[in-house]
Amino acid sequence: MAAHRCRYLACLLLLFLSVILVTMSQETTLGHEQHELVIRPLHSGDIYASFQFRTVWETDFMKGNKVSHYRLFPKSLGQVISKFSVRELHISFTQGYWRTMQWGQPFIPSPPGAELWVWFQDSVTDVDATWKELTNVLSGIFCASLNFIDSTNTLQPSASFKPLGIGNGTTDHRFLRYATLPREIVCTENLTPWKKLLPCGSKAGLAVLLKSEKLFHSSFHSQSVHIRPVCQDRQCKSSSWELRQALNVVFDLHTSGQSKREWSLFKMFSRTLTEACPLASSSKIYIDVTDNPQEEQFELSPATPLLSQAVVLGDRRTFSVYDLTQQVTFGTVRSLNLMIRWKSSEGDMLRPLLHAERYVTGYGLQTGEIHTLMYNNHPFRSFPVLLLDSVPWYLRLYIHTLKVISKGKDNNPSYIHYQPSKDRERPHLLEMLLQLPPHSVTEVTVQFERALLKWTEYTPDPNHGFYVGSSVISSLVPSTVAMETNITMEQPLFSSFFPCKEESSYFARVYTEPLLVNLPTPDFSMPYNVICLTCTVVAVGYGSLYNLLTRSFQVEEPNPGLAKRIANVIRRMRGVPPL
Amino acid sequence: MSLSDSLAVHAAIIFISPRFVQNSAGQFFSSGHTNNWAVLVCTSRFWFNYRHVANTLSVYRSVKRLGIPDSHIVLMLADDMACNHRNPKPATVFSHKNMELNVYGDDVEVDYRGYEVTVENFLRVLTGRLPPSTPRSKRLLSDDRSNILIYLTGHGGNGFLKFQDSEEISNVELADAFEQMWQKRRYNELLFIIDTCQGASMYERFYSPNIMALASSQVGEDSLSHQPDLAIGVHLMDRYTFYLLEFLEDIHPSSKTNMNDLFKVCPRSLCVSTPGHRTDLFLRNPESVLITDFFGSVRKVEITTEVLNLTHPIQRVEGSPVNGESHREVYSYVDQLPVSEIIHQKPKQKDWHPPDGFILGLWTLILLVFFKTYGIKHLKHIF
Repeated sequence: MAAHRCRYLACLLLLFLSVILVTMSQETTLGHEQHELVIRPLHSGDIYASFQFRTVWETDFMKGNKVSHYRLFPKSLGQVISKFSVRELHISFTQGYWRTMQWGQPFIPSPPGAELWVWFQDSVTDVDATWKELTNVLSGIFCASLNFIDSTNTLQPSASFKPLGIGNGTTDHRFLRYATLPREIVCTENLTPWKKLLPCGSKAGLAVLLKSEKLFHSSFHSQSVHIRPVCQDRQCKSSSWELRQALNVVFDLHTSGQSKREWSLFKMFSRTLTEACPLASSSKIYIDVTDNPQEEQFELSPATPLLSQAVVLGDRRTFSVYDLTQQVTFGTVRSLNLMIRWKSSEGDMLRPLLHAERYVTGYGLQTGEIHTLMYNNHPFRSFPVLLLDSVPWYLRLYIHTLKVISKGKDNNPSYIHYQPSKDRERPHLLEMLLQLPPHSVTEVTVQFERALLKWTEYTPDPNHGFYVGSSVISSLVPSTVAMETNITMEQPLFSSFFPCKEESSYFARVYTEPLLVNLPTPDFSMPYNVICLTCTVVAVGYGSLYNLLTRSFQVEEPNPGLAKRIANVIRRMRGVPPL
Repeated sequence: MSLSDSLAVHAAIIFISPRFVQNSAGQFFSSGHTNNWAVLVCTSRFWFNYRHVANTLSVYRSVKRLGIPDSHIVLMLADDMACNHRNPKPATVFSHKNMELNVYGDDVEVDYRGYEVTVENFLRVLTGRLPPSTPRSKRLLSDDRSNILIYLTGHGGNGFLKFQDSEEISNVELADAFEQMWQKRRYNELLFIIDTCQGASMYERFYSPNIMALASSQVGEDSLSHQPDLAIGVHLMDRYTFYLLEFLEDIHPSSKTNMNDLFKVCPRSLCVSTPGHRTDLFLRNPESVLITDFFGSVRKVEITTEVLNLTHPIQRVEGSPVNGESHREVYSYVDQLPVSEIIHQKPKQKDWHPPDGFILGLWTLILLVFFKTYGIKHLKHIF
């Protein structure tokens, strides 16, 4: 009897467990969530914090499945992807310019302003119309003026911006569109919808740190959304959708840090962490301690036993890890406030292998010259660089003056693609593949002439100037350590953004500064002045002439005095002419 | 969202006695609107017009606090003050000096910003004639039972309001836009508030029914600003909106304050200018119009004791198994900079365009010269 009952109970338990397991596995097949914050103290005393939130959704849009149940993946973006047959979408909003010389390379680079590039599926017939609709819908989702993206600032690069997700081999650049709005402002109204895309919102987990008053009081702030298909497993026979939301911010030592070399989560974000997002399967904080092996440069508290190494941006870096899914991280006070206290301010300067500058020379409002400088700081290796330049139509480039000079000699590009502009229709597009010699500066110069716009085409504040979007430099930079060529789910997010095909180099993208160019601006009060002057001249000139011609004059005697009037009356009675 | 809000608010009004319910229900249904919209526009650009953005944001804040959700608010700000590089405290816009009240907040959603705030876009939003790809957040999707609050602020003059220092909207245009809205049944009642110099001139020309208008100053008077903040360096608010904000801070969703109290906001002693109002086009008595009819989102609740049967239980559609298993191709990541492939890239297939005028003209000229020289009769020898 007891044995029977035991067996009965065991069966019941097994059934119960299997039911639980089945439901759990059903839950996990719908997607999983990974949150991460990387904090890298910079040599100049500033601090760089990079948030990445990744949602993976195991559904295969490429096979045309219809989806109606959204759990972790935000519905607004899911509907956008399916309606516009998007294969990849990358959008970023940045305030400030990334200073590569002082801060090194960012994990996810972005140009100032707004940048949007999209790969459409092969099934799209009219890419331009779909692109226009997509920009309008995204402008509503992110509260940004992306509807200003039209044919005058949309590009179709022929070799840059290859898809970052998986594909089946062919990449037809007809389905790629790229646009940038350098004038776009980023403020809380862009952060609010960005935060709403996260599954926990800004209520739990790492996203509670995202307070706009601190984030925008920084030297650099960039938030981006990247959607791409990734491999579901090692065999890579099916794809799943990956949504990455990244937020990079660099806090300045003097404005946010009160000039004290001591940083903490509370000082940076005015919040501390109390729990991880319950929907996240992994939620970690990484502090870059590569330059601090024996704690001689800075001290990290609370101490953590977890250390991890990762190969990122061509270098092997060591990180102290705080796992927010473990209760022990929060300690007895139930809150985590990381503190980094600097002890000494010595250290090596960062020497980034690749960085770029761009500026305009010339005087006056007619002509000018654009100079793009690319620095290769590697002592003995040269590497290829793909430069993408887009200039608006109102700066007319003289391509015959294009010169590429490295180390005093001409450097002929191995590939050039130039698409001339059409007034009011499309911008200039120049793509060049250059080989940068080791330890050198390569200068690309091209002269231009400024066009006169129609007076309705000027912005309400034309004396501010007109922006020219950043140049994009994509390159394969040689790395000092072997890079990982297989992207796995266990890799930390910051090292798995750009896929690597070979171990000896990593892919990096550098953006130059946007240019601010003054166009010859008319005096907008002139129509009013002209109307006033003309009317005055016409009134005075014609009016006087008309009066002279048509007015008749009569002599009129002034009114005589009383005595004279009486005398006139008497004289009239006498019949004598009056006085 | 606002339905649940108002449900929560009006749960208190549901009493036990059915006659009492009917009485208060009767009172409740007197206004005739079912939803609320707000169109808040700041028309000035440049840092020294900080106060206009602060004006608009303080009305936005009050309207949101009283229940109108972001999806029903169209907020147009012509310039960005919060993240302006001259702002000593980024991501904030203050309305009171000493930085007491940040009206920008943490979850603001601006629908039209920067160069998008133009007369054309404003009129298109009001009349609903927007291009089909405009997203929902940028549309005024009101119907004939909507009460709309329209708030304008900026620099104005006798009969016009300046947009962004480059164009103007006249009072005639505005009156015609409202007439279009009336004819298309886009509003039930409209409250128009304007805070500019000589603001009363803007409502002189209205002729559509059910419009109530308030202005901060009469024709010939200037609306003055309230107080500068020495840390920020500019004037923070205009007087009329400052006192309007103070008045609205005392209102909560179940207030019974009516429009007559709103007309008394900012008397001449505080405002220096004389605020004006116009109620002749409005059908109801202003005393019976609640502030929350326009500034809040007070919804009607229909109380029923019947049981409603949902037709079919919602069934979860199982993901259909992927067919064509044999079609599985192996995917891989694409090479980001395939140098050799790029160098040997074939030129891009250009779309064929028919030859344009110059080429046609050139070929016609060549053919003409050819035939003139050689004559038609020699044609058969050549071909």
